[in-house]
Amino acid sequence: MTINNLKPGEKAAIVGFNGDLQLQARLVEMGLLPGIEIRLVKAAPLSGPVELKVRDYYISIRRKDAGKIQVAPL
Amino acid sequence: MTEPSELSAPIAKDDRWIALVGNPNCGKTAIFNQLTGLSQKVSNYPGVTVERKVGQARLGTDLQIKVLDLPGSYSIAPESFDERIVTEQVFDWIYDSKKPDVIISVVDATNLSRNLFLTSQMLDLEIPVIIALNMMDRVKRKHQKINIELLKDKLGAADIIPMSATEKWGVKELRDSIRRQIEHPTPSTPELPFRIIGSVNEVLSPLAASFEKDFKSTPRLAWSQALRIVAHEPVFDIFVQKVSAMQLGTPEKIKDYQNLRQKIIARLKSLGINAQTLEASYRYGWLDILLADGESLVIDNIDDPSRSERVDKVLTHPVFGPIIFLGILYFIFHSIFSWATLPMNLIDSGVHAVGDFIITNMPAGILKDLIVEGIVGGVGAILIFLPQILILVFFLTLLEDSGYMSRVAFMLDRYMTKVGLHGRSMLPLMTGYACAIPGIMATRTIESWKERLITILILPLMSCSARLPVYTLLIAAFIPAKTVFGFVDLQGFTLVLMYFLGTVTALLLAVVFDKFIKLESTSSFIMEMPPYRVPMMLSVTRQVYNRGKAFLLNAGKIIMTMSIVLWFLVYFPRPESNLNNTSHIENSYAGKVGRLIEPVISPLGFDWKIGVGLLTSFAAREVMVSTLATIYNVEGRGEGVISVSEALRSDTDPETGLPRYGILMAISLMVYYVFAAQCMATFAIVREETNSWKWPLFMVFYMTSLAYLSSLIVYQGGRLLGFS
Repeated sequence: MTINNLKPGEKAAIVGFNGDLQLQARLVEMGLLPGIEIRLVKAAPLSGPVELKVRDYYISIRRKDAGKIQVAPL
Repeated sequence: MTEPSELSAPIAKDDRWIALVGNPNCGKTAIFNQLTGLSQKVSNYPGVTVERKVGQARLGTDLQIKVLDLPGSYSIAPESFDERIVTEQVFDWIYDSKKPDVIISVVDATNLSRNLFLTSQMLDLEIPVIIALNMMDRVKRKHQKINIELLKDKLGAADIIPMSATEKWGVKELRDSIRRQIEHPTPSTPELPFRIIGSVNEVLSPLAASFEKDFKSTPRLAWSQALRIVAHEPVFDIFVQKVSAMQLGTPEKIKDYQNLRQKIIARLKSLGINAQTLEASYRYGWLDILLADGESLVIDNIDDPSRSERVDKVLTHPVFGPIIFLGILYFIFHSIFSWATLPMNLIDSGVHAVGDFIITNMPAGILKDLIVEGIVGGVGAILIFLPQILILVFFLTLLEDSGYMSRVAFMLDRYMTKVGLHGRSMLPLMTGYACAIPGIMATRTIESWKERLITILILPLMSCSARLPVYTLLIAAFIPAKTVFGFVDLQGFTLVLMYFLGTVTALLLAVVFDKFIKLESTSSFIMEMPPYRVPMMLSVTRQVYNRGKAFLLNAGKIIMTMSIVLWFLVYFPRPESNLNNTSHIENSYAGKVGRLIEPVISPLGFDWKIGVGLLTSFAAREVMVSTLATIYNVEGRGEGVISVSEALRSDTDPETGLPRYGILMAISLMVYYVFAAQCMATFAIVREETNSWKWPLFMVFYMTSLAYLSSLIVYQGGRLLGFS
């Protein structure tokens, strides 16, 4: 499953990345690495970006990119 | 209006200097300001600083150093134009002799692990690193503790200074620490703090070894560079560029590096290792263990909803969020009109008083005419708009400093991508309401060139504060001050309408440009959501003050000069006989030029007086107002300083006895100002940012056509419908 399968408030751990995730290097530099836990905070309407809590901060990414981050529910 | 000039003093060879680096929004610029006593813009939006700035700091009585402030970055590897500045700087430090004496790595203490990633890259550069552990006030408020000594030892930093730039403590300790490091630099360990073993070691070591040999680096720096250059194509490009520019490698040598890099990436791939994530995995692996090990470091907890998260339940609500945003915009533009009335009237009376004083106390003559009609009349007509501009800048600063603008980017990214823009286009576009120039600079945070270019192209359509005097003057003169539908104040509403006309047209044009500009979009949206903060009053006041100062300086220089020059052109040649003043002005130099272009602009409802204003407003848009003021003051001689809106309303054609201007001309002229390409400074900046003449020329062309056609449609259409 990917981040897009999570509902707001649900937590999961990052497992890996799928395919041609844009800015994958940037995401890992910002600390979104396999094994790291995230919480889906909210999703903007009409397939807008999603907001995650990861480590000690909040980050938003587009849904098409979120769909390429594989997670395992906690 | 132009921004106060940026600080880009060069750093000389024997200068002592330090560099400030850190993640976006970690408080670098606030610390820069406190070290140097300067007042660069700080805010609560990731990526406010988009260029390098140099200031000076005094450490004790006998040591003066230069301080370099860089844009915020998450890594040495760049993703956007502003981050590229950081990468290029760091590569200068590595491959050129121009190293800073000390690096200050500014770290947000509430978000340690991610902030320390960049710090760990800095620690490899063979330069002493002092960590400025900022925002400790918030760590304390949460009753958390950070074991500073332990952290310093484990990281191998030269020093760690806990501090709070907002509460202004720790800066003295930082100065002392910098001084100690300049006098006695702490040497760094020559090996990486984490170990690269096994097959990765085997694959990477040829590259690391040749870096060590070719550039005489420590093993630490060589491995650090090897990891980064393998991971990021753009970093390799910058490497090639620097090495060639400094003649450190022959073209054959660079070719060898290129082949080696390709081979390594392929070999890693065959081992199932992604080269892109290699450096980050090693560094975070090291940092995460290091932080978990500490007895009293901040522990990550993703469960706790922050206060900002609760506030966001309302402010970024799927339905109410966008409505609230539009409401805020309406409120701001409307309040510009309603709140400024009282201070504007006060300034107006002041200007009249000065004019009257000079009239009664100065002997008659050309000099008196020049001062009253040219200077007091022209400059005074502009001064009364100061309150409006201050109110606008005040609100825009509040939105940015509170942290709200990142939310706007988040909420609207979806809609912005639909029109070919980016969530990150929102802040530059809204900055454009104050002035297009800082807005265009702010587009540097948009990673994708196509989205960035489209944002630049449409940005001057956001009505900037220099248009405000023109709108206000015409509204006050021709739009009736009445309330319709019981609550809509017609004058304020007209102003809001002009802002919306510019904004909506900008968005529609973005769609068109998106279709026609054949560039590949590499767009993605990764944005940190900073916590909401109560804006620092000092920082807001500074912004408002700086803008007010720029406006007044402009009024003092450009507008005063234009007014004086124009006064001569209107005043001379003096009539030979006792012609009345009106026909004298028509025969003045300015009048002749105005009448020369009259045939071109009369289909829009403009006569020669407006025409002169259109010409002079190429210097700055608000000069239109002072131009009309000068013309009418010369015309209505000896009656004290004239109110321009009064003069516009009562101006009659001597032949027909009918008013020269009506509501239709006013609307036509406002619409013209919404679209017209007038501010030369804007196109100079576009030339710089796009590095070509093609785009600024295109902008002048499309904006001028748009302005002319729209005004033509408004005026001729209005006449057909029977308005005048």
